[in-house]
Amino acid sequence: MSLMSWGVYPKIKNTVFKFNEQKTLRKIINEHDKLIPYGNGRSYGDSALSSKIIHARPKDYFIDFNEETGLLHVQTGVLLSEILESFVPRGWFLKVTPGTKLITVGGAIASDIHGKNHHVEGCFSECIKEFNIMLADGEVATCSKEATPELFKATCGGQGLTGIILDAKIYLKKINSQYIDQTTIKTKNLKETFEAFEEYQDKPYSVAWIDCLAKGNKIGKCLLMIGDFRDDGKLDYKVKKQKSILFTFPSFVLNNWSVRVFNWLYYGKFKQRISKQVVDIDTFFYPLDAIGRWNRIYGKSGFTQYQFILPKESSYKGLEEILTAISKSGKGSFLAVLKLYGKANDNYLSFPMEGYSLALDFKIEKGLFDLLDKLDEIVVKYKGRIYLAKDVCVSKEIFEKGYPQIETFRRYRKENKMDSKFQSLQSKRVGI
Amino acid sequence: MSYILIIGAKSDIAKATAKEYAKHGYDLYLAARNSSELEEFATDVQLRSGVDAKLKEFDIAKFETHQVFYESLEPKPLGVIVVAGYMAEQKECQEDFTKTLNTINVNYTGAVSILNIVSNDMEKNKDGFIVGVSSVAGDRGRKANYIYGSSKAAFSSYLSGLRNRLYESGVKVLTVKPGFVATKMTEGLDLPEKLIASPDEVASDIYKAQQKGKDILYTKWIWRWVMLVIKMIPEWRFKGMSL
Repeated sequence: MSLMSWGVYPKIKNTVFKFNEQKTLRKIINEHDKLIPYGNGRSYGDSALSSKIIHARPKDYFIDFNEETGLLHVQTGVLLSEILESFVPRGWFLKVTPGTKLITVGGAIASDIHGKNHHVEGCFSECIKEFNIMLADGEVATCSKEATPELFKATCGGQGLTGIILDAKIYLKKINSQYIDQTTIKTKNLKETFEAFEEYQDKPYSVAWIDCLAKGNKIGKCLLMIGDFRDDGKLDYKVKKQKSILFTFPSFVLNNWSVRVFNWLYYGKFKQRISKQVVDIDTFFYPLDAIGRWNRIYGKSGFTQYQFILPKESSYKGLEEILTAISKSGKGSFLAVLKLYGKANDNYLSFPMEGYSLALDFKIEKGLFDLLDKLDEIVVKYKGRIYLAKDVCVSKEIFEKGYPQIETFRRYRKENKMDSKFQSLQSKRVGI
Repeated sequence: MSYILIIGAKSDIAKATAKEYAKHGYDLYLAARNSSELEEFATDVQLRSGVDAKLKEFDIAKFETHQVFYESLEPKPLGVIVVAGYMAEQKECQEDFTKTLNTINVNYTGAVSILNIVSNDMEKNKDGFIVGVSSVAGDRGRKANYIYGSSKAAFSSYLSGLRNRLYESGVKVLTVKPGFVATKMTEGLDLPEKLIASPDEVASDIYKAQQKGKDILYTKWIWRWVMLVIKMIPEWRFKGMSL
């Protein structure tokens, strides 16, 4: 059976290797080239796709936990959801989490993921003490920011192109409630949206849902959600029963009009400019995880999530131009997420930088790649970059311009003979 | 909290079942041969669920050790789940009697040996439960695996009788009949996807059925009907078929 990514595009045949012991993995690495590790298949594009895949998800043991320091040692395939299930009731939460909890720890490192608190806590690499990784020669290295800075900077955000992460020690953070005080701010246009982000900059969690089909002076209108953990001692975290999309929708179901109606209903739900809610962890951080296999709503040709970030000084002009282009095209979906990020770290390929990022889903259809090419041009014009964990089509030229440390990454891979050993469809396309 | 004894704790179904009980707060005795190989797993379960998980050395085919083994458990387990199973290739069993004997000893004789001891104790205390993981293969002998199948048929019959005997004492006995399960045993076999359960699904089914006090569990549920149809085929027709 071939493995696919979350976007169900592209579909390629692949051989899947599993390993139980290190010596098995060493043998696979010694005997094969063009390998790529694969966790839970939640990256959207082709960053974890290759003709030969090393399936890391089955390696899912918890190894150790220190109650004093919150240091958790787990194998690479443990899901963030499994960590939450065990540790939220004991008063611990992830320092950094993305918008889905259904990813592996290894995947979180490889994409150097970030979340609604990026402007305060940074990327996932900030909570890593160290990890073990099997390199191209089959040797295992213990990697940390201090002891092996180059390997660390290449691996965090390196999309699995430096080796196979075996296990990791990460710090959790203390919480005293599984509930969040949420403030929702309804804005009328991009200017108001930016002002709201600035105003609430010191709050720990923030994210905005933006209506990409809004036109004219309504462009950039959004619902900005600000959150902070409560302090009520309620830690009764239980995994809710998941509803699941049982079949792949015909691709006409999602069209300009159905999305418009959804956005109108969603936006209309909030009557006041500012309203307050109390929501649980799953509602606040992982709204989409409540619906299993939601990627099926885009139909059988699949979809992609386009995510870019622009430096703060050019964000306003750039976003205005991009939102206008999307609105004109009539494509775009209800899942458009805008966020103000904090400072960039110095990992070679980490996505975040100080500025605004927009992520939105497109179903794969005729004319889409032309639109994305057009958007790519605007992103580059405003000195922005594309997120590899989502990407499925960016060109080498566009990609390179966004990542100033790209040559360092390339050189590091080459020097350590990783470039022929570890490859994905994406790494070949963008030449890393 | 109460301990659950899992016999044959190394299999994928056993591990998933252990995790399921741990998730609901039960402590565990994990019994298997070379049980030290389960150390990482036991640590994992303890960290995930905050329960106690003790490793116990146990060989189901060494009947003479069973009494001492059970006596050594303190406190005594509230529930005993026998997952131990052995499936050799049918052809190998036909040609090599030691393989046949091993199949019967692990799947039937050994299970009977330990459960005789357990059930006497539970009957006396009028408390506890027993779960035996048998197989749909025991519902009808087929040429593809009738040595394995007949050992499981014997085990199913044993559990049925045991349930009948323990009824008065209030000790519940659950017979589990998994169909195809995605485990080490079936890896590489070409099986229809709709009929395959994951070890996690089987474990969750076992937990629910046991808590509800059910008698017989087919997992996935569809196997009840698949096997009903297979059992209804008249023998004169069945003998010429290749199922």
